[in-house]
Amino acid sequence: MTTYFLRALGKLLGTLLIASVLIFLILRVMPGDAATVALGINATPDALEAWREAHGTNSPLIAQYVTWMGGILHLDFGTSFVTGRALTPLILDRVQVTLIIVGLGMVLALLAAIPLGTLAAVKHRSPLGVGIAGASQIGVALPSFLVGVLLVGLFAVRLGWLPSGGWMPPAYDFSEFLRRVTLPVLALATVQTAVMTRYIRSAVLEVMREDFLRTARAGGSTWNRALVRHGLRNAAVPIVTVVGVQLASMLIGAVVIERVFVVPGIGSMLVDAVGQRDLQAVQGIVMVLVTIVVVLNIAVDLLYMVLDPRIRLRESS
Amino acid sequence: MSSTRPVSSLPSSAATAGPARFTPGVHGGLIVGIVLVALVILAAVVSLVWTPHDPYATNAAIRLAGPSSSHLLGTDPLGRDVLSQTMVGARITLYVGLVSVGIGLVVGVPAGIWAAMRGGWVSTVFMTGSDILLAFPGLLLAIVLGAAFGASTTTAMVALGIASIPAFARVARSGALRVLSQDYVLAARVANRSGWAIARDHVLPNIAGMVIVQASVSYALAVLAEAGLSFMGLGTAPPTPSWGRMLATGQQFLGSHDYLAVVPGVAIAVAVLGLNLLGDGLRDVMDPRLKQVGDE
Repeated sequence: MTTYFLRALGKLLGTLLIASVLIFLILRVMPGDAATVALGINATPDALEAWREAHGTNSPLIAQYVTWMGGILHLDFGTSFVTGRALTPLILDRVQVTLIIVGLGMVLALLAAIPLGTLAAVKHRSPLGVGIAGASQIGVALPSFLVGVLLVGLFAVRLGWLPSGGWMPPAYDFSEFLRRVTLPVLALATVQTAVMTRYIRSAVLEVMREDFLRTARAGGSTWNRALVRHGLRNAAVPIVTVVGVQLASMLIGAVVIERVFVVPGIGSMLVDAVGQRDLQAVQGIVMVLVTIVVVLNIAVDLLYMVLDPRIRLRESS
Repeated sequence: MSSTRPVSSLPSSAATAGPARFTPGVHGGLIVGIVLVALVILAAVVSLVWTPHDPYATNAAIRLAGPSSSHLLGTDPLGRDVLSQTMVGARITLYVGLVSVGIGLVVGVPAGIWAAMRGGWVSTVFMTGSDILLAFPGLLLAIVLGAAFGASTTTAMVALGIASIPAFARVARSGALRVLSQDYVLAARVANRSGWAIARDHVLPNIAGMVIVQASVSYALAVLAEAGLSFMGLGTAPPTPSWGRMLATGQQFLGSHDYLAVVPGVAIAVAVLGLNLLGDGLRDVMDPRLKQVGDE
């Protein structure tokens, strides 16, 4: 097990190292000169040279990479090429907002999907079960930003119950935070509920066929009790790992959702930085997002091992 | 673009359902999927030769006109016909999906088969490379490439294509490993057939089903990602119509002109639902062992 953890850690660091080189190189081949982009086409050659000197863009690529990477290891993403402000506090601030939306979205999705998926499995031959399965199939096909637009149309424009966008940090005004966070979270959660319902339905159906459930029933346990005591615990293994994978996909999906609801998360910061061609900011933000995705992917692999000893045994043999 | 992962984590009935069952006959989901996808293809093909109005022609006099007999789905803020724009948008959607899936197929499938046949360090390098690519979901890669080379349909297609490579490669590799362990491949090896001939005559035909299923999954993901990119203004550039951007425009007129958001929204949902149902149906028909439990 320890060997496996060490191997996973090595894989994590190796992947992040290569990913960082790729991000750095892709953005350095960008046509045009960062100094001209920052200072405008009317800047004097001296001013351009001074800017390049200050931001280190005239040093060799390898030196630039080492400086950037060295900074990141100390949680310093450098300064924005456009605004000149330090990126670290901005990125940390923005990523928090995104994580709040994604986290709440997943919690809400699970609260809805666990009962729905289980019901769809237990009643899989009845119209109710078929209906839930059909609805989740349609839900999976809806992009969350489309659901977002529809929610704005209904709850903000037609009914006027909630604001159509914007953000309020929970520490300042919690009730206003709740009003503003509801629609983006609902948009993410609706699609995730559909996705998770499908997985939970499959996982529960799978355990319903297992011998241990039949044994529990033979031992006098009622169907529902056997399902809760033995079935759900076993169904949890694939579900927990799917949650990890889906969190990564929600994180990226949130980039578009933040655009719909004008939420100041990491995604909207990225899109703005791309628009302003702020190389340093794009680099830092993408690195943060990639790190979260890689950590989630590897955590899923590890979790799978921890939760299911059979997989652990197979791996070690 | 991580959705290939959960698919593989899904509990399949392969382990418990006993012998593979093949149930010929009508597969409802598959038929609905074919019909929906055919609808999108039809709109795209017809738009090549005919649209009700010029999709690019602006006319201030009829801006934001609701659905009527002359403009069945109304007009946009520039007075362009929404139906014509949606039809041309179908073309862009299919085009982006086709090219990105093509990139994934052409690069991923041979890479996966090669890794399976060579094994050893080739396989290790392959798995590492695919893990690294997995760190860049399609949408994120498209944004990064958009930042470097300028956002365009081409950049989006290439980025989404590159992001789909690991999924194709993994499917091809696992399929090829299964085929390569069969006796007939051993016989072909004993008969001194080249690796290339074995890959072409034995591996490829046997993994085609899995690859086609993956293609429909990747196609749906590409359609979603392209719509998202265009929605943010990082995809297809105006004036070329794109469903994502039409939806973004529609959002500004919610309440007064809902059809502007509803039409592209329905179009995106129809395309993705069709491709999802097609993928699920093809999986069930082509490889019943992978059929999800309880789908019977």
